[in-house]
Amino acid sequence: MEQLKTIGRELAMGSQGGFGQSKEFLDLVKSIGEARSKAEEDRIVLSEIDILKRKLLEPDIPKRKMKEYIIRLVYIEMLGHDASFGYIHAVKMTHDDNLLLKRTGYLAVTLFLNEDHDLIILIVNTIQKDLRSDNYLVVCAALNAICRLINEETIPAVLPQVVDLLNHHKEAVRKKAIMALHRFHRKSPSSVSHLISNFRKRLCDNDPGVMGATLCPLFDLITEDVASYKDLVSSFVSILKQVTERRLPKSYDYHQMPAPFIQIKLLKIMALLGSGDKSASEIMYMVLGDLFKKCDSSTNIGNAILYECIRSISCIIPSPKLLEAAADAISKFLKSDSHNLKYMGIDGLGRLIKISPDIAEQHQLAVIDCLEDPDDTLKRKTFELLYKMTKSSNVEVIVDRMIDYMISINDNHYKTEIASRCVELAEQFAPSNQWFIQIMNKVFEHAGDLVNIKVAHNLMRLIAEGFGEDDDDADSKLRLSAVESYLQIMSEPKLPSLFLQVISWVLGEYGTADGKYSASYISGKLCDVADAYSSDETVKGYAVSALMKIYAFEIASGRKVDVLPECQSLIEELLASHSTDLQQRAYELQALLALDARAVESILPLDASCEDIEFDKDLSFLNGYIQQAIESGAQPYISERERSGMLETTDYHSQDHHEVPSHALRFEAYERPKPSSLRTQASTELVPLPEPSYYSEAHQPISTSSVSERESSEIKLRLDGVKQKWGRPSYQSSTSASSTPPQAANGTSSHPDVGVGSSSLKPRSSYESKKPEIYPEKQRLAASLFGGSSSSRSDRKSSSGGHKPAKGTASKPPKENPIPVQPPPDLLDFGEPTATSVTATDPFKELEGLMDSSSQDGGSTDVMGVLYSDAAPVTTTTSVDSLLSELSDSSKGNPGTYQSQTSKGPNSQEALEKDALVRQMGVNPTSQNPTLFKDLLG
Amino acid sequence: MIKAVMMMNTQGKPRLAKFYDFLPVEKQQELIRGVFSVLSSRPENVSNFLEIDSLFGPDSRLVYKHYATLYFVLVFDGSENELAMLDLIQVLVETLDKCFSNVCELDIVFNYSKMHTVLDEIVFGGQVLETRSDEVMKAVEEISKLEAASNSISLVPKSVSGWRGGR
Repeated sequence: MEQLKTIGRELAMGSQGGFGQSKEFLDLVKSIGEARSKAEEDRIVLSEIDILKRKLLEPDIPKRKMKEYIIRLVYIEMLGHDASFGYIHAVKMTHDDNLLLKRTGYLAVTLFLNEDHDLIILIVNTIQKDLRSDNYLVVCAALNAICRLINEETIPAVLPQVVDLLNHHKEAVRKKAIMALHRFHRKSPSSVSHLISNFRKRLCDNDPGVMGATLCPLFDLITEDVASYKDLVSSFVSILKQVTERRLPKSYDYHQMPAPFIQIKLLKIMALLGSGDKSASEIMYMVLGDLFKKCDSSTNIGNAILYECIRSISCIIPSPKLLEAAADAISKFLKSDSHNLKYMGIDGLGRLIKISPDIAEQHQLAVIDCLEDPDDTLKRKTFELLYKMTKSSNVEVIVDRMIDYMISINDNHYKTEIASRCVELAEQFAPSNQWFIQIMNKVFEHAGDLVNIKVAHNLMRLIAEGFGEDDDDADSKLRLSAVESYLQIMSEPKLPSLFLQVISWVLGEYGTADGKYSASYISGKLCDVADAYSSDETVKGYAVSALMKIYAFEIASGRKVDVLPECQSLIEELLASHSTDLQQRAYELQALLALDARAVESILPLDASCEDIEFDKDLSFLNGYIQQAIESGAQPYISERERSGMLETTDYHSQDHHEVPSHALRFEAYERPKPSSLRTQASTELVPLPEPSYYSEAHQPISTSSVSERESSEIKLRLDGVKQKWGRPSYQSSTSASSTPPQAANGTSSHPDVGVGSSSLKPRSSYESKKPEIYPEKQRLAASLFGGSSSSRSDRKSSSGGHKPAKGTASKPPKENPIPVQPPPDLLDFGEPTATSVTATDPFKELEGLMDSSSQDGGSTDVMGVLYSDAAPVTTTTSVDSLLSELSDSSKGNPGTYQSQTSKGPNSQEALEKDALVRQMGVNPTSQNPTLFKDLLG
Repeated sequence: MIKAVMMMNTQGKPRLAKFYDFLPVEKQQELIRGVFSVLSSRPENVSNFLEIDSLFGPDSRLVYKHYATLYFVLVFDGSENELAMLDLIQVLVETLDKCFSNVCELDIVFNYSKMHTVLDEIVFGGQVLETRSDEVMKAVEEISKLEAASNSISLVPKSVSGWRGGR
């Protein structure tokens, strides 16, 4: 029966002419429609592909049939199957004179081909011809095609014709020509930059449709460069005025609204032009005010315009009256039953609270309703609003809500986003460190694999640095509570890797700190972690380092160390690990166990993770050595740029590191002295470098091998001209780490800080008890969310003064402007979920920067290597004088042990520590996390 | 700008898909499936909007409307107004309604190329070109007429008549 209906309908459609299809195609469509499963559908489509392949090979296919085949190809491709075997036929069809066939060809080609496809070149000529056609329908078809098919290279080929078409007598053609030009502009602004004035001209077109089309490119242009379109403000305003006064032909009405899409575009443009411009804004007041009165809020499109008005008002510098009108409109939206309008209302609210923060209070209950709405979209939008209006008085409620929601959803993308927002808010507004740690633990527990590693580093740092300078007692309590809670959490199965890293670090650093837990207990736990997550090398690495620290603390405090059998077996297993990193850590641990208390103490001092490390970026301490080397006949360093000009400049030594290490710089030609080859070579030398240094000097602490792969690859990638003589800040910084065991101890210890305190558990329970109250009484939630902003603000100040002196006072003020919104909380920002925007600069970026600069010197690395190997006795690699002295102290103190250690496990110790330091730099205070930690560091 | 227009039925079969930036077929399919799985999990009587960054990149929104057995979906970026896009779907549907007098899924299925013609008149290169369904109709009819005319002078009358007769 159904089929009969279908056939009847299909017959009826046949009479509509032009669009009918053959029986075969209809059968195909029908059988696909009736397919019960994807497999069945695939089978049908595959057999169809076979048929088409065969048929397309037949000679002399009637054009009519060919068109049919092309449509079938398009259909097949829509269903997800490859139809590339027929592309060429579609291309051929565009050459046809028959409009129907040509249109079909263009349709297929625009759907099939990428603008960079090889076949495009075969079409360009046809397009050129068609653009000149007398038949405007042909021209339209061609214009339609160029939007998709023309790329930067082919734009010039069609540009003159398109520009001519801007003056075509048919408005439909003018409209499309403008759109095509707009498309060109998007693809390659430079290719049409000289034609931009055309858009302004077309704005005055007689046809309102053409004018409306012009608004699209103008919107883009104004977005890019507001200043040069300020003169058009009054024009746009008057156009909008005319539109609202129904001066346009009646045919432009849509649901009784005059040309709503044009109005919306105009409002968007006005928002751009009026932002931050008082005089421009004032011109707009009138028309905006009128719009609020005129808009029919009973239709969807009317509300669209109202919303657009609200948006514009939130962008320009508004008058109080307009703000009021906008607030009214928002409250209408929020009170509406339509979810769509509620959504728009929440969105509008989010925009408006930037200007008048009080406005949210009037809508407390509506907002909370939206928060509890079953509609996910609405919920998310509401969370976004809450995020924007967070301040320290309501941060706890909001973040708790967010975390609940985060736990409840499965969508990883959004989970990541909301987790990063939680972290951001917690970092920004945390009322106490304990709370912060507790929140972080929750985030880690439920979204551990999704959060940025930086978050973990921040947490570790917080635990390491504690509340502030003065309160050591509180610090140790915090740490103890963190340790306790972690020991508890550890037994849970399947924790996220990042969380385990934090746990391991904290246990290693503070597990035995106050004597509550014995070293063997903690080390047993750590071994369990390493066992349970044996496939995760990073976790294992953290666990081994933690073990090492625990044993080091034991040795340093004079106690005898009993290595647990499971630890012993773990170490042995790792000694043979495939991962060089793990192997190295294991060797280091083994070496450390053989040292005496004094040496160990200087290698891994207790709780040294917060010590600052200074860097001598210019390697000035090397100057004496250089001087010495030059005096003894070495050639001065020649920068890569100079060297690349000279054939004979090459570091011979780097190519053969078994050369006598004491040899000075030698320059010999590379086989091909092209600058590029020089570069790559230099970079590849990086890794072998340590070897000569090692041979030359047991004491030599460079072990570039520890530079992680990523870093070294970066080094390879970013070799640029070398400018400074010795300016290789990053390289040096890493070496400094490697050569300074004591500091490096901090390095290893510094980031991995986690605190889930028992203390943190307590707040959690209290929070849970709070929750039930919330649900029955939205009012209360409302109060906590919106609660008298004025009082809360003063509260906040006092609390920040008292509650958590160091962080509160110092970290908040900058962030706490009256508007609890971060300066640009634009939606776009949330696109990057993990990169919490709290930190102005990504520490890792900075690190990269460092690496970058080091790599700039990469060209000279080989030279450096020689230098180092020669320089080894001087241990010049230490960049910081203090570190140097520390090092020499330690080596003086127990030269034998130190020596033996280094000779046993090559440079691994240093290398590890250097590695750690490099990582630590990522979270280095100096890399500024303005909110939480800055002032803690003084 | 508008990134994509899709129509799919409630079983997730694509009925029409147009992406305004080129995407490889596999990616298109992935997006269609992704969109459908999101849509099908939405309860009744909720908003027609979705933020869909996870599929289409940052700042992507999606507006959909459910008519009988069909979802109409528009994907666009922050430079468009959600409510207006909802109305654009309305425009599209109204136009189709006029084209096919009481449009239903089958019309869309069987008039694949006409659907594209209509859509091309409304959305052009990712921008809203025309929102007056009468104008769209006019343009489409003009094209049909011309094509019908060109059919009659077609070089292969035989196949056409054969095809006509086949009905």
